[in-house]
Amino acid sequence: MSALLEVTDLHAGYGPTNVLSGISFTVEEGGITALLGANGAGKTTTLRAVCGMIRRRGSVSFAGERIDTRATEDIVRLGLAHVPDGRGTFVQLTTDENLRVGALTRRDRKAVAADMDRMYGYFPRLRERGSQQAGTLSGGEQQMLAIARALMLRPKLLVLDEPSFGLAPLVVQDIFRIMRTVNREEKVSILLVEQNAKLALELADQAHLLETGKVVLGGPAAQIRDDETVRRAYLGY
Amino acid sequence: MEAFLHQILSGLAAGGIYASLALALVMIYQSTHHINFAQGEMAMFSTYLAWTFINAGFPYWIAFVATLGVSFVAGILIERIVIRPVERAPVLSVVIVFIALLVIFNSLAGWIYTYTIKSFPSPFGGSFFPQNPYMSPHEMGTIGVTFVVLILLYAFFRFTPLGLAMRAAAQNPVSSRLAGIRVGWMLALGWGLAATIGAIAGMMVAPVVYLDPNMMAGVLLYAFAAALLGGIDNPFGAVLGGFIVGVAENLLGAYVIGTELKLTVALVLIVAVLLFKPSGFFGRVIVTRV
Repeated sequence: MSALLEVTDLHAGYGPTNVLSGISFTVEEGGITALLGANGAGKTTTLRAVCGMIRRRGSVSFAGERIDTRATEDIVRLGLAHVPDGRGTFVQLTTDENLRVGALTRRDRKAVAADMDRMYGYFPRLRERGSQQAGTLSGGEQQMLAIARALMLRPKLLVLDEPSFGLAPLVVQDIFRIMRTVNREEKVSILLVEQNAKLALELADQAHLLETGKVVLGGPAAQIRDDETVRRAYLGY
Repeated sequence: MEAFLHQILSGLAAGGIYASLALALVMIYQSTHHINFAQGEMAMFSTYLAWTFINAGFPYWIAFVATLGVSFVAGILIERIVIRPVERAPVLSVVIVFIALLVIFNSLAGWIYTYTIKSFPSPFGGSFFPQNPYMSPHEMGTIGVTFVVLILLYAFFRFTPLGLAMRAAAQNPVSSRLAGIRVGWMLALGWGLAATIGAIAGMMVAPVVYLDPNMMAGVLLYAFAAALLGGIDNPFGAVLGGFIVGVAENLLGAYVIGTELKLTVALVLIVAVLLFKPSGFFGRVIVTRV
């Protein structure tokens, strides 16, 4: 497997505050990679820096191209779909329109229609809400919508920022099951940020541990899962 | 009765113009949360352009379309050159820029075309519509043009991918960028469209109020009142507000307060809406869950 996303010595922050002090990691093509760490470790910041949503310094390459100086919309157009924390729902648009926004950069209209149908197949509850204003959807439905909207881009890499945040365990299970399907059947690589380390380590192939803006540990998820010291020290379970 | 009906109908005609300009205001407000105080002066300047084209010998409708084209491009350029640099500036700085634009366009028009009042032709001659005692041909034409504009805009925003992209960009710029939408261009396009709609309003109102650099001052006030009444972030509300303000202004002017005090209606309305129902009839009361 080759690296789809390669982050080397990435620094980033907000205003004068630095959050990331030189982190490096890779995301394998075709795999699921998890970024783990406590509150404030810099997980969300890492995702934002990768997508060019905040100022950053260092090298980031995606699918063989340097993206660390590009604008967010250009990075997205290369096939990197980001589901932001807070879900980024277009609350005044309908569910249907939200999905179509996800595919606005595509020109293959027929395939877009087929993809919408496929998304409604993954998330049948969204189909029922097709013409409803997205702001009226429940938290779980909005998270499903956010993932579906990102997939409408037909991305090579799906970046998810805490998809389990604030959701009922059953809904979380549902979402994680679909992430696995998407990864296996559609060959979409996934970069996942999660607070729920147990859940993430069950799903992921690779995992990287962040602590105060640095990667302290990286490797196969199974290995980290089985290492009791690491689990106790960093993951708290 | 006939006179009363006449007042209502010509109120609707004026209302259509207020509705158009209010719509232009709402369009920029939705995406930037700023009120473009220069919208009226931009429309006035566009109307002078049309006057130039017509005086150069072009047929009315060719001049009309050419004016719309130039206004659209000018709107985009204004956004790119003047507004873009203050994108992240505090509200007051942006307001100052808008007021500067207002003064610049006003003075530029006065400097180029002088402050002498000019007449502006109406494309709707006597034979265009059947004669009747209720409405002049120009009033009927104005209503017709307003409805065509509204339908075209509705179709554009509702059914085209570009329209969807503009709506998405106005609502949630961060998410839009993450969907690959070029948000900056969508804002510029919004300015272009607003300038175009304003140009139509200017060309429709000029035969009534005559062409001079200050011709849009009153119209803009009515448009403010209309947009606020309907809810400043709701296009449908703005249109409805436009018609309501048009009719109310005409009826009050004719039967209650006299024509000299008509503009007061707009001001009273603005104050009343802001005092008692700041969100207007259809505006969203923004409730945030934190």
